[in-house]
Amino acid sequence: MTRRSILKYAFAGIAAIILTLVVGWWQVDGPGAPEQAGLRPVALSEMEFRLTDHEGNEVGPENLIGSPSMVFFGFTYCPDVCPTTLSDISGWLDDLGEEAEGMNVVFITVDPERDTVEAMAEYVGYFHPSIRGWTGPEEEIARAAQGFRARYGRVPTEGGDYTMNHTASVFLFDAKGRFSTMIDYHEPREFAVPKIRRALNRETGGQHEN
Amino acid sequence: MKTVLYGLMAASMFASSTATPVEAGSEDVVVEDAWARASIGVNRPGVAYMTIRNTGDEAVILTGLRTDLAMMPDIHQTSTNADGVSSMAPAGEIEIAPGESVSLEPGGLHAMLMRLQRPMAKGESFSLTLDFSDGGEIVVEVPILGIAARGPES
Repeated sequence: MTRRSILKYAFAGIAAIILTLVVGWWQVDGPGAPEQAGLRPVALSEMEFRLTDHEGNEVGPENLIGSPSMVFFGFTYCPDVCPTTLSDISGWLDDLGEEAEGMNVVFITVDPERDTVEAMAEYVGYFHPSIRGWTGPEEEIARAAQGFRARYGRVPTEGGDYTMNHTASVFLFDAKGRFSTMIDYHEPREFAVPKIRRALNRETGGQHEN
Repeated sequence: MKTVLYGLMAASMFASSTATPVEAGSEDVVVEDAWARASIGVNRPGVAYMTIRNTGDEAVILTGLRTDLAMMPDIHQTSTNADGVSSMAPAGEIEIAPGESVSLEPGGLHAMLMRLQRPMAKGESFSLTLDFSDGGEIVVEVPILGIAARGPES
């Protein structure tokens, strides 16, 4: 093998390694990466959707800017997770008392077929009075979920009914609409309340965390 | 609020129908802290929670539920995956090892009461029958708490 051809092979080898690294980066961390499950919601100001609250008012992400917000997804035919989340939130709000006054607390349904404005109104009425229920056409719910990076899907059950799988985390935003953090389902209350307090206190701006 | 019901019914049922002693011990099962959430009407499934304790020295298998409140009562399992997505599926038969207990609690196992026959009103109660693989049964009177209840004490 001549010296020239050794160099040629070495060069080809290095090029191949670089190419592999670039492709790997592209697929894992770069623009070619699949949407990560743990991806954070975008800022409320970057979201776009039109829904109706449980009192019949047209609402959108802009209604959540100006005060800190707590948003979560669910459905009223959910026997276990959703009433638990709603009562957890009611408990956190009771703990925070006046501190949480003015905070937007919104429950967005992932089951608009059954969760009409009336159904949402009746349901949220059983929980803390600050909790608002939002519903709307399927495609607007999908746009909202996209912004929050929430997932949901319909699952048929025995007897022709269906239930919904959905992201059970509670999303927190500061008064400027920037994502603050999320409270995962099953997270103990001693962690949840300080997280809410942090979102509440970021009202005056400051560094974006995380 | 504490609901404690021993499997006396199962034991006595067996004692009267067979001469041989009961083999596997659903008579050693104790149900505690049963509670349910009130429902809105009858269209949505109801839910009940409790702790089922096996005080005997043999494993017991819970095979199913019965109640006149719901046409399709079943034990379901809620699970939340690493992506934070919650889903629900029938839990099938549940084996309880000797000395162990199984908790039906929010966010985990729960008695899902599908096809409600009447609304579940706060302050009332209903009977729920737990069937075991040895043919024994335990009847539990489940108090109905508010929709926003978080546990047997609230």
